[in-house]
Order: sequence, then C-alpha cells, then structure tokens
Amino acid sequence: MGGTSSKLPKDLLSEYQVRLTHVMCLFRAHKIFSELQGGENGPYSSRVSMQKILTLPELKANPFRKRLCHVFSTSDMKDGSLNFEDFLDLLSAFSDTATLEIKSHYAFRIFDFDDDGTLDARDLEKLVNCLTGETDDTRLTAEEMRQLISNILEESDIDKDGTVNLSEFQHVISRSPDFVR
Amino acid sequence: MAQRVSFDFDLVTDVESPADEDGVHDSFSQLIQEQCHDLHDVIEMTPLDPEEESRDDVESLEAPVYQRSDSDGPQQTDHLIGERWSSDTLKVLSSMPSRTIGRSRGAIISQYCNRTMQLRRRRQSRPSIQHFPRSARPSIRGYGVETDAAGFEEEENKRERLVNNLQNLSDSDRVRMLRAMPLSLSEKKELRMLVLNKAEHSVSQNQIPCCSQLKYYIIIALRHGWYSWLSFLSSLQLWQTALKCVGGRFGTGVLSYFIFLRTLLFFNVFMFLVTGLLLVVPQAIAHPDLDQNITVRSTWGLEVLTGAGYFSHSLLYYGYYSNKPLQTGHSCSASSNKTSSSCGLSYNMPLIYFFTIGAAFFITCIILVYTMSKSFGQSFRIDKSKGLLAIKVFSSWDFKVIKKSSVRLQRANISTQLKELVAEVNHQKLKFPVLQRLFRLSIHMLAWIMCLGSTLACVLAVYYFSEYMHGDLLRRAHTNSSDPLLEEASLLAIPVFVSSLNLLLPGFFNVVAWMEEYDSPSVLNYISISRNLLLKVSVLGVLCYHWLGRVATDPQSLGLECWESFVGQELYRFLLMDFIFMLLDTFFGEFLWRVFSQKALKRERKPVFDIARNVLELIYGQTLAWLGVLFSPLLPAVQIIKLLFLFYMKKVSLKMNCQASGKPWRACQMTTIFITLLCFPAFLGAAVCVTYTMWTIKPSASCGPFQGLKNMFQAGKRWFQELAAANPDLHWLPSAHAYLVENPLFLFLSAGIFLIVIYFHSQVVDGQRKIIELLQEQIENEGEDKKFLITRLQHIHERKRRVTPRRVKEASEVHTHTLTHAYTYTHIHTHSHTHTHSLIYTHTHTHTLTHTHTHTHTHTHTHLHTHIHAHTHAHTHTHTHTRALTRAHTLTHSHTHSLM
Repeated sequence: MGGTSSKLPKDLLSEYQVRLTHVMCLFRAHKIFSELQGGENGPYSSRVSMQKILTLPELKANPFRKRLCHVFSTSDMKDGSLNFEDFLDLLSAFSDTATLEIKSHYAFRIFDFDDDGTLDARDLEKLVNCLTGETDDTRLTAEEMRQLISNILEESDIDKDGTVNLSEFQHVISRSPDFVR
Repeated sequence: MAQRVSFDFDLVTDVESPADEDGVHDSFSQLIQEQCHDLHDVIEMTPLDPEEESRDDVESLEAPVYQRSDSDGPQQTDHLIGERWSSDTLKVLSSMPSRTIGRSRGAIISQYCNRTMQLRRRRQSRPSIQHFPRSARPSIRGYGVETDAAGFEEEENKRERLVNNLQNLSDSDRVRMLRAMPLSLSEKKELRMLVLNKAEHSVSQNQIPCCSQLKYYIIIALRHGWYSWLSFLSSLQLWQTALKCVGGRFGTGVLSYFIFLRTLLFFNVFMFLVTGLLLVVPQAIAHPDLDQNITVRSTWGLEVLTGAGYFSHSLLYYGYYSNKPLQTGHSCSASSNKTSSSCGLSYNMPLIYFFTIGAAFFITCIILVYTMSKSFGQSFRIDKSKGLLAIKVFSSWDFKVIKKSSVRLQRANISTQLKELVAEVNHQKLKFPVLQRLFRLSIHMLAWIMCLGSTLACVLAVYYFSEYMHGDLLRRAHTNSSDPLLEEASLLAIPVFVSSLNLLLPGFFNVVAWMEEYDSPSVLNYISISRNLLLKVSVLGVLCYHWLGRVATDPQSLGLECWESFVGQELYRFLLMDFIFMLLDTFFGEFLWRVFSQKALKRERKPVFDIARNVLELIYGQTLAWLGVLFSPLLPAVQIIKLLFLFYMKKVSLKMNCQASGKPWRACQMTTIFITLLCFPAFLGAAVCVTYTMWTIKPSASCGPFQGLKNMFQAGKRWFQELAAANPDLHWLPSAHAYLVENPLFLFLSAGIFLIVIYFHSQVVDGQRKIIELLQEQIENEGEDKKFLITRLQHIHERKRRVTPRRVKEASEVHTHTLTHAYTYTHIHTHSHTHTHSLIYTHTHTHTLTHTHTHTHTHTHTHLHTHIHAHTHAHTHTHTHTRALTRAHTLTHSHTHSLM
C-alpha cells in the first residue's frame, strides 16, 4: 500500500503507466474518490453510485452530468456508477492534455442520449434543451427547434441519412476552432 | 453452451456485456410464450432491451421508430427521418459500420488496429505480414452476424492483431497510441498487459529506481511551475468575466464591440511600449539643454483640454525631442539596442525617432494583417457547408463552468445565439412581390442620396470652417493683440465642431435607416457602418489636408516655431474632444433617453446599443492616435487611458440603459469586418499620411529631432553617410541605401513577389475547393445509394409483415433477400451473410419446434422450405451450408438442455 496520504496501491501506479509527472494528480484524484466512497477504505475497484458522483461541485450544475456518468461507467448494471478507473477515465478525458480524438469521441457518446451510435433528431433536441435550459425565456420554441434541428442535420449530415454519425461529428468538430471543454 | 446459443441470435448487440445476454434470454423465453405468430418476429429477436420486444408486437405494427414531433414540416434533405422504419430495418441500420463505431468497443479496436498498422508502416516502411483490412474503418459488426461465435472470435482476432501491432511499435509510440484510444482504462490495461506478456519483459517495471524518482520529482516541480505560469497567462486575459457577462446578456454583437475595444487597447499598449521605451525614456533621462524659459501660466483647466501652453514644451510633443546625439554617459545599455554599431555612448535621436515610428507602424501592420487573415480564415472556410449551427450546438458548452449562476448565464448566451442563428436562416427565405420591392428600392435610393448629401455638406462645412479658422489664426499671428484665453479657446473650435458633427450625423443616419425599415439587423448594421465610415473617412481626409497642406507648408506665416508640435496638439485636442463627446453621448444619448422614454413616454423598452456607431467611433479615435504618433509620441498613452475609461463606462451604461436587441442577430463575421475596417481605411490612411509627412514635408528648422534636414527620411541617409565617412570599409553603404530604400524599383519588386505568392496561394486553395466539392458530391451520392437501399429494405420488410403464417415460405424468401440487400450496402460478403441468416432461421425454428406444440406442422414445413431455399441460393457453397446445418443441430440440443 502506498504513502500516508493515499491508500492507492503502488502496483497500480505502474499498471496505469501514468505519465509520472501526473502522479500527484493521480493521488489527488484518488483522494477525492475515496472521499466519495464515504471514508471507508474499500478496495479500489468498488463502485460509487451515480448520486454520490453527482454531488461533486464540478458536476452539480452541469446539464450533462447524468450522461457523463453513464458514458464513463463500465458497470454491468448500467446504473452510472463509477469505479476508480472509470473516474480516472472521466478526469483524463476532460483534462487539457487529452487529444481532440478522445474528446470528440466522448463528446459524441455524451450527446448520443439513446446510445444507438448516431445522433438523430431526438438526440439533437435533447442536446439543445440541455444547452438552453428548461426555463421559458431561454427555451426555444417548437418552430425554432424544428428549424434548428433540420439546419443542423443539413449542415453536418454529409451522407444525408438523417443522422449524424461519429465521423460526421468529428468532421464538424474539427472545423470548430475552440472545441474546448 | 447456453451462452453460445445466445450469441447465435446476437445480430446487433454487443458481445461485451453480460447485461445484453440477459436481455436476449429474457426476450427469448418471452418469445416462446408468444407462440410466434409471425415468423419474422422470431427471427429478429435481439433488441437491446427487453421492453422493446413487447412493443414489437404483431398486432400493432408500430415499430419502435423515431417519430418527429413535427412531421408535418416539409423536409427536403431528410426523407429518411420522416419515415417510420420497422424494427428490423432499424436493427440493420444500427449495425451499420458507421454507427457501431460510435459505441462499440470492437469497432474502436479494429479502427485502432488499422491505425497502428499504418503507423507501423510509416515508421518502418516494410510490408506487413498480415493482410490489410479492406476498408479504412471496418467494423466488427459486419462479422458479428456470420456464425455463432465467429463475431466473438473475430473480435479476439482483431484484438490479437492490435496487440501484435502495438508490440511492434516503439515504447513511446505504443504509450501514445494507447493513450489516444477512447477505451476505458481497464481495457487499455488489459491490452497493455497483453503486449507486455508478448514481449516477455513484464518484470522490473514495478520498481521505480531511486534516482529516476528524484528526476520525476524535479519534472513534477517544473511542470507545476509551467502550469501556474499558464494559469497566470490565462488570468491576463483582460476583462474575461466582464466580457462573458456582457456576452451572456446582450449577445455576440455587443460582445464583439467590447472585444474590439480590447484589441485596440492592446495595439495602443504595444505602440506606447515601443515609443515610450525607445523615445520618451531616453529623452527624459538625457535632459537636453533646451532652454525652458517658457512661463507656465496657471490656466490649467484649459491646457489639459487644448494640450497647449505648458504641455507644448514637454515630452508629449515632437518639438521637445532634440536632434543631437544624446550623451547618456554611463548608460550605454539603454541605447545599445538600436545604434549598436558604435557603442560610443551616443543615442542618435533622429535616427531612432525615424526607425521607431517606422518599426512600430510596420509591426502593427503585420499584426493587423495577421489577425485579419486569421479571422478571415475562421469565418470563411473553404468548404461550402457552413456548419455554424452544428458547431454552435456541438461545441458551445463550456464544461469547465461550475457555478450555478454562470451556468444560467451560459445557457442564456447559447439560447440567444441559437435564436439569432435560426432567425437569420429564417430571414433568408422571405420574399417580396415585385412592386413592393421596387418601392423599397426607391426608398433605399432616397435614403442613400440623403446620407451622401449630408456627408458632402459636412465635408464642405469642415473645409470652409477650417479655412476660416486658419485665416483667423493668421490674422492673430500678425496683430498679436488679443486675449490669450480667447486665443486658446479658439483652438478648440475645430475639434468641437468636428466632434459635434460626428455626434449628430450618425443620429440622422439612424433616423434615415429607421425610415428604410430593414428587417435584417445585420444588413441594417452593415449599411449603418458603411455610412458612418464614409462620413468619418471624408472628414478625416479634409482634416489631413488642413494639417499637412495648410499648416505644414507655411508655418512661418502662422508664427509657428514648430508646426509638428502644433499638429500634435491639434490631434490631442481632437482625441480629447472625441472622448468628451462620447461621454456626453453616453450620458445624454443613452441614460437620459432611457429615463425620458421610460418616464415620459411610458415605454417599457430600453434603447438598443448601437454597435455600428460605437465601433466606428472607436476606429475614428484610433486613426487619430495613429496619425498623431509621429507628432506626439505619447498620444498612445492618452488613447489607452481613454479606452480604459470607455470600457467601464460603456459597460455600466449598457447594463443600466440598454437591453438585448429585440431582433436577435448574429455577429458571425462582425469581428472580421471590424478588423478589416481598422486595417484598411484607418491604419492604411494613417500610415500613408505619416509616410507622406516623412518623405516630402520639410520639418521645422528650429525644433525637433529632424531640424535642418530636407525631410525626415534623410535622417537615415545622413547616418549612413556618417558611418561611411567614419569607416572607409563601409563606403558602399550610402549607395546601397540609395539603391535599396530610395529607389522605388526595389519596393515594386518585393511587392510584385508578394503578389505572386498570394496568387499561387489562392490558386492552391481554388484547387482544393474543387476537390472538396467533388468529394462532397461523391459522399452525397453514396448517401443516396444508402437511402435507396434502406428504402428497399423497408419495403421488403413491410411486405413481409403483411403475410400470414400460412405463407411462410414466401416470407422466408423475402427475409433472405432482405438481408442480401442490407449487406450489399455494407459491402461485406453478401453471400455468406445470406447463409448465416438461413442458419439462424433454421435454428430458431428448431426451437419453436421443440418447445411449442401448437403449429408444429406448419413449422416443420417451414423448416424444410428454408433448407431448400438456402440450398438453391447457395449451391456453390455447399460446404458452408452443411456445416451450418450441423451446427444448428447441436445448438438446438444445447438449448433444449438449457431450458430443461
């Protein structure tokens, strides 16, 4: 077992093949995670439920927080619970050093609300609603929404099959100069 | 064994998670209870979740299709969405490679398998042993259907290959590759372990040696330093929160005004740094022996406004700077950066003055052109689809925002922007009848005539007024008997006159534009910008003529000792007046108008921020500052103070008095346009004026760094001559200078080369655009094909739905055909797929046969028919078929077992 501040098993360190410059970050992540686990020093593979993850201040106000948990969860129960490795995945995908490829991939999966592998109009509607919020003054009217979605599809759906698939998505993203998340 | 059976049915789901298998089992038993009314429902029985199965009943042919909430709207582009697909079509669709890549692990693995292969090839440039996969991104999905566990095997195979490829990569490449894969950590770990096991050197990794630990700590510390430096840099982004706040409340249009203001501020800071460090500081340190016997009067208030009096002999103006080499005594360091040739403690002020101004203009020009080209590149991409909406929706959310209030702000911002975009798109569809258009055209003509006429009147007024004031000054210079206070105040006449014109005429333009009734806010803005620009450019042109043509050519008659300082004072006055009028405008035009309209007119609405006019005022002020740098090196400092004030004032005024524009509009290329305007008329005009002054006008004889020279340009020449005289080896320098700088041929040549380079670039871009068009056309054609195939698939499914259980044979035929179609699209072994399906089919039926006792006869029949059919279709592949059959039998057995 590791140092005094962290109970992270040392052999994991080498297993993760962390860039060793990031070890401190790793320890911090583990600290946050074990706090989420409720102080008990369970095995590192134990899971933390989605409700607990969502209490993180970074995720409290994020409209995509549930999708985040679902996408990064490897749980068999599909309940959005994360174990430590999933948590690390989440953190690394959002770090500044993650490649555009990874970011766009996960962004696509976050936006793909029904997990069918493409962004169809329903996904887009949900996405726009997430972006604008549900209050009346920010929400788009039905007509605006229809217009918006058909325009998005027209712009980004290159092969015109009515949905935006991953490569089309990445195509759009690559043209956006500030895809920072 | 039971597990394998379930794979057999697994047409679409991932093999990765046991949860799916549960789903399969569930649906399976459910199916058996349903007594299989329809054959087809038995075949397609592997949706992702069990609930879907219950919806997929025979009675209600409602497949789990997507329904648009607004299916009435006419859609040209997406026929596919409007239609309802049956669940089997959906299933085939969802197993298309382009879709699986977005969610399945296997597809990702195979994609990266290809990529590592490519990387390896590139690195080693030797032929690979394994054969290269057919398509650039094949999906394991295609194989998933083949035989019972073949999909799984295929994935294993792929994984094996990936591991092989990874193993052949170098260490760093491998790590980078693994890191770049969008897989979960545990899978990456597994892959890495596999690679390591293959390489058989998995030991000795667990121990980190001591010295390298030290190294890591040092690296950590360094990196921490770097990160804190980065965060410091990002905190330097001036006014970030204020800008975000403004953007969230008032949209991108108003935001672009403030961003532009910030850009101007940076330009001025740069200018100020250059002139301050190279001119002002050395001069201030040197204390030239100018006789400072000018009595300082105490009318301070007016002097701040006019910039005359006490200020006229200060560092602010040209006249204060000496022409002698400054004897800086000990501090050679400050001077050595320019006149480094002989560190003879001399700071050649004329030369430095000349080169500082020249270099400052040159660098500003480069920065301007660079920003302009960059923002052009961003707003005018070469492919034809604009994709603005899509980009906005996909990449506008800032995941770093965590505060509740800022999330609300961001939402408001995004919502406003989306509304703007949609409004713009909607606007493009509006059309008017001919008569109305003619009417509108005539109104526009009238408006333009009015605007141009008033601009012309303004220009003439400024011309004659300045002539009158010039005459007044001449008279006063000769009589020399009037009240000094009045004399100073009269200096303010022209600036006040011009500034009030600048204030009043845009209001008139706005009234005219209101009469014209433009319905697109962006068009209104462009029109307003062009009118205001015309006014300001022409007024500035007249003023330049006044300064350079009247004052500079005949300074003696005005009794001016130093006309450069006089022009500098004039520019200072203009700049200050401009600022004061802006303050007044903000107070009266925005604050009082808001109070008036809300209290007296009982209107709920607040006025709307006029972007065009405000931006043009900024550009006007900046032009003045650039013009004045030569005559008054500290003018950028004045401009900086002005801009800082202006930012906070405008922000407060905006929050108090204005509201977000009622018709939301997008400022898609606004920033580009502002920068272009700043570059083209403003900067270029100022640069031309300054160059003209340097090149042709004779500087004052008794003051300033260039006294005694024919023009400012000669400072360089004289310096070269001095150099050559002092050092005989450099005798070629004056002639080289004469050839390179004074001879226009060289200038023309470099400009010509520059133009040629630009031309080639534009040609290359043109070619690329053509290729992009071709490729896009091709993709669209493919899309058409896909659409066609999917519709056919859907037709066949529909036809099959209508058949009764009695005519199962036909149904089976149809089914086989369907699959053929589907996989023709995906280009993966159509024939083998057909086989697979007949196999699954058979299998299914055996099940039904075993477990349900009703309809036994029919089903046996079906069984046979299928056999025959499959045979007829696949006579060339007899082997496969028999094998498939036997396997089907074993599977039947197994399943019977599992159910018992």
